[in-house]
Amino acid sequence: MFRFAAARIAMAIPTLLIVAVAVFVLIRLIPGDPAQLLLGDLATPASLADLRARLGLDRSLPAQFGIWFGHVLQGDLGTSINSGQDVLSLVADRFLVSGRIVLVAVALAAMVAVPAGMIAAWKQNRAPDLLLVGSATLLVSIPTFWLGLLLLLLFGLKLGWLPVVGYVGIAEDWKNGLLYLVLPVLTLFLHEIGVLMRMARASTLEVLRLDYITHARAKGLSERAVLMRHAFKNAFGPTWTLIGLVLGNLLGGIAVVETVFTIPGLGRLLVDAIFARDYPVIQGCLLFVAVVYVVVNLVIDLCYPLFDPRVAVE
Amino acid sequence: MKRMKRLPLNALLGLLIVGAVVLAAVASHFWTPYDPLRINFGARLKLPGGAYLLGTDEFGRDELSRLMAGASTSVWISLLTVTFSIVVGSIVGVLTGFLRGWTDRIVMAFNNALLAFPGLLLALGLLAVVGANPYGIILALGLAYTPSVTRIVRGTVLSLREKEFIESSRVLGNSELYTMVRHVLPNCTAPLTVLATSMFGWVILAESALSFLGLGVPPPAPTWGNMLASARPFMAQASYLSILPGLCIALTLLGINLLGDAVRDWLDPRMKGVQ
Repeated sequence: MFRFAAARIAMAIPTLLIVAVAVFVLIRLIPGDPAQLLLGDLATPASLADLRARLGLDRSLPAQFGIWFGHVLQGDLGTSINSGQDVLSLVADRFLVSGRIVLVAVALAAMVAVPAGMIAAWKQNRAPDLLLVGSATLLVSIPTFWLGLLLLLLFGLKLGWLPVVGYVGIAEDWKNGLLYLVLPVLTLFLHEIGVLMRMARASTLEVLRLDYITHARAKGLSERAVLMRHAFKNAFGPTWTLIGLVLGNLLGGIAVVETVFTIPGLGRLLVDAIFARDYPVIQGCLLFVAVVYVVVNLVIDLCYPLFDPRVAVE
Repeated sequence: MKRMKRLPLNALLGLLIVGAVVLAAVASHFWTPYDPLRINFGARLKLPGGAYLLGTDEFGRDELSRLMAGASTSVWISLLTVTFSIVVGSIVGVLTGFLRGWTDRIVMAFNNALLAFPGLLLALGLLAVVGANPYGIILALGLAYTPSVTRIVRGTVLSLREKEFIESSRVLGNSELYTMVRHVLPNCTAPLTVLATSMFGWVILAESALSFLGLGVPPPAPTWGNMLASARPFMAQASYLSILPGLCIALTLLGINLLGDAVRDWLDPRMKGVQ
């Protein structure tokens, strides 16, 4: 187990390094003086000279990367051109908003989708399967931003049950804060049910076709025991991995949902920064999400042996 | 070949939907009920029916004409993006599988790192550099989806390069590169077709998401994504404006997903019934 964990962590480090190089290079690809880009058009000559010295812009590109990466490791992602705020704290604040929504939605979706997908596989090509697969395919085909608009139209405008625009932090007013979170969570929840159900069904089907299941049935075990004790446990693995990918992907994809519901989350921060050409924030967001993505998938992988000990042995 | 005799229901439905979208896209270049860009303040926010079959938007532009023009934008952007990814990914995949050694290791380390990055986020980062315009989107999304192609092609190249029929091509005196292109690459067709079908879906979704965020094709050119974005302030008065473009995206994606499942069942029978 320890060796498995160590190997898996060692694998994540080069990925993180390459991501850091990619994010660094991305900003250097933009024509113009990096110091000017990072400080904006209103920068004074003195502050420009100061930043040039701080980033080592007169040195070679690898040296510049070294200096920049050193700052990053110390948690210094620069300051936002627009707001003058520290990028790391800005990004971390917004991440808490998005992360909460994504985590709740995916956890709820998994609770519904995984059993549903397994049942669909068990009843393959029969009525419950066709109904479940049909709705899953329909749900994955509906873009989240449209689903959000439809829910807003129904629950916000037609029925008037939930607020339409605005956002209140849970910390300030938890009752209203929760109301504002219902629709975004519901939107992602419905979409992810489709994604996860298809995966859960596929991996259960693969397992149900294996010889040891036939053997278990031939032994005379009840169908319930075959499924509960033998099939479902093994079928959960691929879905569990997908949950990690979904969590990370949503941090990239949540910008559209945050736009629909005017939520000040991480995705919206990135999009606004792209509009405003606020390069330190763009860099910070990309790096932060990439790190979260790698760490989430790492944690998911490290949890894998808990229900499938074979992984750690291999 | 028995499988080909009767088209499965999902393939038929998928083909019908995708066919209709492509037809609308092509038709929009020759005929639309009205000029999709012509502003007519006298006919603002007209409900569907009458002279305007699907109503008009906040500038009095015909919704049906704009939806048709939007189909064209989505179709050609996704066609170019998928072609870009397949071509670039195949070249990189063949070269790394062919050269092996350090080139392969470095390129694949980079490739895997890119794969470990959410596609839309990568595209957003690239858009920050290349700017929000149709060619920027094609480049950003194309580069974002290239690593999946590279991985598949390289895998096939590596698994085949030691096989007998490749060996015999070498023995015949064919150059290594010729062998790769003539004999190895065609073997990637099946997995690449499966991937390309799903890629169409991803790209259409990503393009409309980017347009919805205002980072895609800039107005007044209609895309389903930017039509949804501009409909938002009029949700209360004209809900059909928020419904129709989304319905087009969802139907197209449904068609592509159904078709994708069918193509995979057909080309990769091992996965039959598995989604």
